[in-house]
Amino acid sequence: MTAGARHEAPLLKTPFHPRTAVLNQAKQWGRWAGYATVACFTELAHEYFAIRHAATLFDVSPMKKYRISGTDAERYLNRLLTRDVRKLRTDRVAYAVWCNDDGKVLDDGTVFRLGEKEVLLMAQERHLAWLQDSAFGYDATIEDVSEAIAGLALQGPLSCTVLKAMELDGIAQLKPFGIARFDLSGTPLTVSRTGYTGDLGYELWTEPDKALELWDRLMAAGALYRLTPIGSRALDLARIEAGFIQANVDFIAADHSVRMTRQRSPFELGLDWMVDFDKGHFVGRRALLRERETGPRYRLVGLDIEGSKPAAGALVYYGRARQVGLVTSAAWSPTAKRNIALATLQAPFADKTDGLWAEIYVNKELKWEKTAARCRIVTRPFFDPPRRRATPAPDF
Amino acid sequence: MTGDRRYGAIVIGGGHNGLVCGAFLAKAGLSVLIVEAADTLGGAARNAEIAEGYVAPACAHILHLLHPQVRARLKLRRHGLRLAARRLPTVALDAQGDHLTIRGRHLEGVISDDDVRAWRRLRRRLLRMAGALHPFLGRVPPRLGSDSWRDRLMLIRLALAVRRLGKREMREFLRIVNMNVADLLDDELSDARLKGALAFDAVLGTNFGPRSPGSVLTWLYRLAGEVGSGRTGLAIPQGGMAGLTEALAASARSFGADIWTGTAVKRIVVEGDRAVAVELESGNVLRTRAVLSSADPRATFLNLVGPEHLDTGFLRGVRGIRSNGLAAKLNLALDGLPEFTGLDRAALAGRIVIAPDIAHVERAFDQTKYGAYAAEPAIEITIPTLHDASLAPAGGHVLSAVVQYAPYGLAAGWEAHRDAFADRVMESIERYAPGLARRIVGRQVLTPADIEREFRITGGHWHHGDLAADQIFMLRPVPGWAQYETPISGLFLCGAGAHPGGGVTGAAGMNAARRVLSTRHGKDAG
Repeated sequence: MTAGARHEAPLLKTPFHPRTAVLNQAKQWGRWAGYATVACFTELAHEYFAIRHAATLFDVSPMKKYRISGTDAERYLNRLLTRDVRKLRTDRVAYAVWCNDDGKVLDDGTVFRLGEKEVLLMAQERHLAWLQDSAFGYDATIEDVSEAIAGLALQGPLSCTVLKAMELDGIAQLKPFGIARFDLSGTPLTVSRTGYTGDLGYELWTEPDKALELWDRLMAAGALYRLTPIGSRALDLARIEAGFIQANVDFIAADHSVRMTRQRSPFELGLDWMVDFDKGHFVGRRALLRERETGPRYRLVGLDIEGSKPAAGALVYYGRARQVGLVTSAAWSPTAKRNIALATLQAPFADKTDGLWAEIYVNKELKWEKTAARCRIVTRPFFDPPRRRATPAPDF
Repeated sequence: MTGDRRYGAIVIGGGHNGLVCGAFLAKAGLSVLIVEAADTLGGAARNAEIAEGYVAPACAHILHLLHPQVRARLKLRRHGLRLAARRLPTVALDAQGDHLTIRGRHLEGVISDDDVRAWRRLRRRLLRMAGALHPFLGRVPPRLGSDSWRDRLMLIRLALAVRRLGKREMREFLRIVNMNVADLLDDELSDARLKGALAFDAVLGTNFGPRSPGSVLTWLYRLAGEVGSGRTGLAIPQGGMAGLTEALAASARSFGADIWTGTAVKRIVVEGDRAVAVELESGNVLRTRAVLSSADPRATFLNLVGPEHLDTGFLRGVRGIRSNGLAAKLNLALDGLPEFTGLDRAALAGRIVIAPDIAHVERAFDQTKYGAYAAEPAIEITIPTLHDASLAPAGGHVLSAVVQYAPYGLAAGWEAHRDAFADRVMESIERYAPGLARRIVGRQVLTPADIEREFRITGGHWHHGDLAADQIFMLRPVPGWAQYETPISGLFLCGAGAHPGGGVTGAAGMNAARRVLSTRHGKDAG
């Protein structure tokens, strides 16, 4: 591919494109892993409130999906990931991160345990070379099956109701992070109770040539429940409320960074609970052990910021003069009714109960104004409805 | 032989580096065990009986790089090291029989005065540069980005060493260090034989041809090693290379080291992220405080340790080490002294080089790029029996030839082509030594594939990995791990795969021992 070709090449179309393209009234498209992905179909507020009050569909097909199989699949994943995968039973899903030798996070993703010797690893970024190189010496085959699986995220308080209307038997009994299998007119349909909204929700996976049938049946089943296709902007707002971090937004993936100091360890991302030192060796373990001794340099925290002005890109100060961090994601949370943010602070300041200020920049009709807003470190998620965890999943 | 005794250190491999390392550790008071898989010590520096009564150097056949501190501190003379020959001249063969003898700065044969002067000038300059580099062969390379004063001091020393050459010479050093040796030689000299032989020196044991960028650096590297050998120059030990090995083993034993031969290691036992023991093929498990591996890095990490203990990035580095050999060995047992056209007995006692011009070497290299062996190889020959008659029955002789190039990954496979290759080598030599074949009573051919199997060196590379700008000093064996330590606590490298690399130097073993002794693994001697 020549230098000019990448931006000239048309974006790829997901299996749902024939439906999403027609519905995309706002004509706002984004780019995700080489695919055209809808940023907003109609109106951000409309799509966002559908997530929290009805049910929504988001096309997650561009997600990179790696099938890991072989007798060493579990041993391999335990080597790759910081978590202990032995604890992950078949038909369960786990959130996971993996690191380079220096213990810096390469990406986060979800691990779908499909069987004793078969696992799907889903991630936002491409990792085939790293995954394969990590498999050296293991009986584990890594395949990129991204294009063989079409995916839809069905999220919102009515999501289970929609699936019941689609007659997926027993779906209400599916526990969070559980996997269930159904039949879509002769083709396997896999449903996991997972998502990126922090709400009740599911992700549905099937073969690409069944994608449109899946879409149509969902939309038909959801017609009564205001099932609304959403774009990435509404999803982003929901994920900030859920307190989820995003690679290359809230931290720079280690293999994307140009500056070594920008790389972050799981400790620095507040993911201490995902690092299991007792399971044996895993990539980055020695570096993380050293970091456990010396302590992390940074901490990723949730902030509750005074006022209502979203603090995107704000510098965080301790007192009026000392700059101690940066806001990486921010929003006025319509549901929590709070001005929330994710920020990276220098480690010593991540324990401060007082004295933190965000310097917020606001463009008021072509005039930049900066205001200092008091902020407070708070626990995440910012919004955490009980329905997210309830089993059986409640009807709204 | 039981696993009851707990050694302070176990050295894997009884090649010269393993013996040197074990000897230095034992000298410092550690209880040391050296285990060697073969029945004979010495690794690539051992003798091989190729016909009844004929003893040839199995692999290495010239001793010219032995680090002076190894010789002195391990008291090798006291332990029996004698040189049967020293300061061997290099005899550059010429197709027309006008051979040229290179004796240090002196050239003997028909050659222009201009070339004689130019060679003196070039040699003086190269040796000055090599002299500046020499001290770093005997030191632990520094770590980049480290806060340690020791690392910083070493980097400053390196900069100073180059700076101390003087402005003009420093500039010259920086100019030529990344050049190819053919260009450098063409700039300075005109005699084809001289340039051919020197170009051969520059690329011997490397994956380079004379026109490969970086071949000046490999030459300087070789010269830096030779600087240390001082007055002995190119030498041949009494009793063959085994003479050195026996002295090393005697030295190690005198300091209390135990040496077991015929003892292959199955794996290095890692518990709690530490190397705690060595498991033998026999099943015995020997516990220890420190494991030092003189096996090549790929064998050490991929086979003995195992990938499950190592991080992906590190493994990428190890798997990426270029360690495919491309030098072969041909040993001949002869019923009499071979006759080389135009060479008298004195010249035959030298180091005979078949590299009549640069193009010969480059052409030979070219073919390896496409997976073939050189149709007309470049060859280095010694006849050790001229210096030590005990190595053959009365009247008999041994001819030892290092043959370049013979790629490890021969496209057609070595098994079916070993003899055809040896025949081509014989043809090449016979062009200068007619009738040689009629004298043969025994022939041994070692292709890199054979070297891999016989000496347990992955890829059959004598240097355990190419010596090239990206695989030396701070980058050897892999960037970030050039201090003989490994990611596994208690496991160290002490072979040619570590700095300063291959050749019979002993420096890697010596440096590694010093590193161990400076860590807690060497502190409380067991």
